[in-house]
Amino acid sequence: MTEMSKIVRTITSIAFPFAMIYGLYVIAHGHLTPGGGFQGGAIAASACAMILVAFGSKWTLNKIKEKGLSVFESLGAIGFIALALLGLVFGVAFFNNFLTGSNFLFGTIPATGSGLADINTGGVIPLMNFAVGLKVIVGLFVIVLVMAYASTSFKEDKK
Amino acid sequence: MTFLELLHIIIPILIVAASVVAILLKDLLAAVIAVAAMSLLLSLEFYILQAPDVAIAQAGVGACLTTAIFVIAIRATKRMEGEI
Repeated sequence: MTEMSKIVRTITSIAFPFAMIYGLYVIAHGHLTPGGGFQGGAIAASACAMILVAFGSKWTLNKIKEKGLSVFESLGAIGFIALALLGLVFGVAFFNNFLTGSNFLFGTIPATGSGLADINTGGVIPLMNFAVGLKVIVGLFVIVLVMAYASTSFKEDKK
Repeated sequence: MTFLELLHIIIPILIVAASVVAILLKDLLAAVIAVAAMSLLLSLEFYILQAPDVAIAQAGVGACLTTAIFVIAIRATKRMEGEI
């Protein structure tokens, strides 16, 4: 797929960081506000898809190796299952929230009642949100990338 | 009638109108934009029905990613719908 006009490319370059940061914000605050790994991943993947539509699949494939995308997607799934199994090792059950209550990462127990949102809570839930977000970003982006690459090769075959 | 009740009446009508426009248009790119508008209005409807989670997922997947896939598919073929 060829690249689009200069106006589209400039606006994409301006809008891409905002969309990407909003998606990463939704992932990082998944245990406090509406949204989570899948929703933030869908927003960030749509930002990547915007880059792909504006700049073309050849430019994007020069920047990104598809082997790296495969590694990242597998890393998301492995991280999710590994965190669930760590609950079996450190706690009592699969998916046990072993980090909450400890003084380690995301360990604070929030006070009951309404109050200010504390990001340092939730135990393993934010880490699982990161894993799911990584998998969803890469997975949805790969779908659009394969579609663009297939349509490019189809057009070259027709010529 | 409050403002929210009015929105509950207006937004479904707009969703149906956008869908009908998407069917009637002969320009496929414009039809894809109409489908994206329908998806965005649907996410607004989810939001005023107190489901912000579903609204974010609908806006991300329905309005952005599906539109990108449709635009890529249309650029591989012809833009205008041909005569049967």
